[in-house]
Amino acid sequence: MNPKEVSVTSMRSGQSGVVTGIAGGHEVSRRLQAMGVKTGKPITKVSGMFFWGPVTVRVGHTQLSIGHGMASKIMVEVAE
Amino acid sequence: MKKVLLMGNPNVGKSAFFSRLTGVHVITSNYPGTTVEFTKGYMLFAGEKAEVIDVPGTYTLEPTCKAEEVACEMLKLATKEVVQEGDVIINVVDATNLERNLYLTLELMEQKIPIIVALNMWDDTKHKGIHIDVEKLAEWLGVPVVPTVAVTGEGFAKLIGEIYKARAPWVRKHTLEERWKDVGKVVTRVQRLEHRHHTLLERFQDLTIKPLTGLPIAAAIAYLAFKVIRFIGEGLIGYVFEPLFNNFYTPLIMKLSALLGSTGFWHDILVGKLINGQIDYLQSMGVLTTGFFIPIGAVLPYVLSFYFVLGLLEDSGYLPRLAVLMDNLMHRIGLHGFAIVPTLLSFGCNVPGILATRILESKRERFIASTLISVGVPCAALQAMIIGVLGYYGARPVAIVYGTLFLVWLTLGYVLNKLLPGFSPELLLEIPPYRFPPLTIIYKKLWWRMKAFLKEAVPIVLIGVFVVNILYVLGVFNFIADISAPIVTGLLGLPKEAVTAIVIGFLRKDVAVGMLVPLGLSVSQLIVACVVLSMFFPCVATFVVLIQELGWKDMLKATAIMIVAALLAGSLLNFIL
Repeated sequence: MNPKEVSVTSMRSGQSGVVTGIAGGHEVSRRLQAMGVKTGKPITKVSGMFFWGPVTVRVGHTQLSIGHGMASKIMVEVAE
Repeated sequence: MKKVLLMGNPNVGKSAFFSRLTGVHVITSNYPGTTVEFTKGYMLFAGEKAEVIDVPGTYTLEPTCKAEEVACEMLKLATKEVVQEGDVIINVVDATNLERNLYLTLELMEQKIPIIVALNMWDDTKHKGIHIDVEKLAEWLGVPVVPTVAVTGEGFAKLIGEIYKARAPWVRKHTLEERWKDVGKVVTRVQRLEHRHHTLLERFQDLTIKPLTGLPIAAAIAYLAFKVIRFIGEGLIGYVFEPLFNNFYTPLIMKLSALLGSTGFWHDILVGKLINGQIDYLQSMGVLTTGFFIPIGAVLPYVLSFYFVLGLLEDSGYLPRLAVLMDNLMHRIGLHGFAIVPTLLSFGCNVPGILATRILESKRERFIASTLISVGVPCAALQAMIIGVLGYYGARPVAIVYGTLFLVWLTLGYVLNKLLPGFSPELLLEIPPYRFPPLTIIYKKLWWRMKAFLKEAVPIVLIGVFVVNILYVLGVFNFIADISAPIVTGLLGLPKEAVTAIVIGFLRKDVAVGMLVPLGLSVSQLIVACVVLSMFFPCVATFVVLIQELGWKDMLKATAIMIVAALLAGSLLNFIL
């Protein structure tokens, strides 16, 4: 079980992990934080639309859908 | 006067809260961003009238869209006047999402305005296995905290009592990191979560958002919604409105007609022309016949059934999921998935639809969305008339009209996205849990929307029909028909008299479709006329809201686009059919 850092977009549906950081600019990370996506938070991927569509995740009791570009900036540590 | 500001994250129930406090009904739904402008109401508070303001939801005090800007401006106003006025903020918090909501609470507390925290949706915490120590939270924050359920009214007596005691907290300005650190600290101290397995509803929630299952479910829901709207609409017409008109209203008007001597100026204006000695509600064109029949007999049943189904969809929480599923398609036309919500609202009436584009982040998106709505989305009144008039010839002509409008919507969106500078921002949307909408709320919302329709649409229809008659008498229509004949006849293949309908379309498009009936058009001509009418020009109410939302310059741009697109689509159809 080696922990591995991936972006939310490359997680499998149903997979869980812990947010390790947001690789985007200040604006992106501020908006994501305001909706609950922050370093250290457990996160579960619910689904991803095909063709680079939005990714849906669960953080705490909130479900969020995040555009593909923004989602690719959320880094998550998952157990392999 | 004392002001009470309701502030909080989107979709935490502020509007339900507002209705509960003031008795004024406002539209509530289960998706973030229902309220895009502030609504005012009044409540009696310690024998004194106080103003209650329903502020659009916001995640932070640094706005990211127009609706959030409204919220921040409201707050600035309040902070300026606070010393004299003694205003209070009720910070409505979703108790099931304490951590995310408390960030705004801390930001609000730095504004030095008396504040009360309402832990709303308190009933939901129980079955979600969330335990919050209310006293500890109040102690830590240093402000009153009251658990509430806005839908049932639980906790409101206590909340109102606390308004007296609210004091402005003295909290220094914090940085973003400090606030999040504080939120983390509070939450670990006051909240305990029980581990729980997925419920059936949550499994269904996931199925409706996953592409492989979600897309077929969306198609099924769209089909079902359409079927239900038609079933209720047709049922109301066949079993309620038609019998009412035939058995009660027609004999009354026939008596009036005889009283007026069956002819003459006033007869023509009030009753219109008799066809074979009888009233024909679509052709007589009197204020009391056609003018009354169009809004009540033809349009009202469909408006009612449309808003009933829309209300169910809104309150269940399905729409944000549809937004996610549609996101890919909507990006092709320069928007993101959530633009589907204003678009759906516009199928009822374009005015609230265009107002709802405030949930979109950029000016560019709002321009594209508003233009596409005005061009390609027919309102319920117009649809009722199109179906009523064209449906007589079967499903095919109706399908051609809808298909053309959809194609125009797609093509125009694609072109605008390519031509306009800028890009479409990405989707970032909270997906609320499904809720079974309480019937009382569905009923209240429906009633409120019907009242608005009757108040706003009926007078304009009556005035419209009156104006039509006067213009006929004055010969104005002949003049307009003659000068526009080359375009109307040459390009669109319609008789020049059809231009009168297009002109009246500016007042009410449903009346305009009604005016096509006496012209004796062929089916193809009717199709062309309906498409051109839908696209050509916004009706006066939409026109006003476009000026308000886009400004004169962009409104003129949007209108120019509409005219060109309508002429193009109309001529093409005329050529093909």
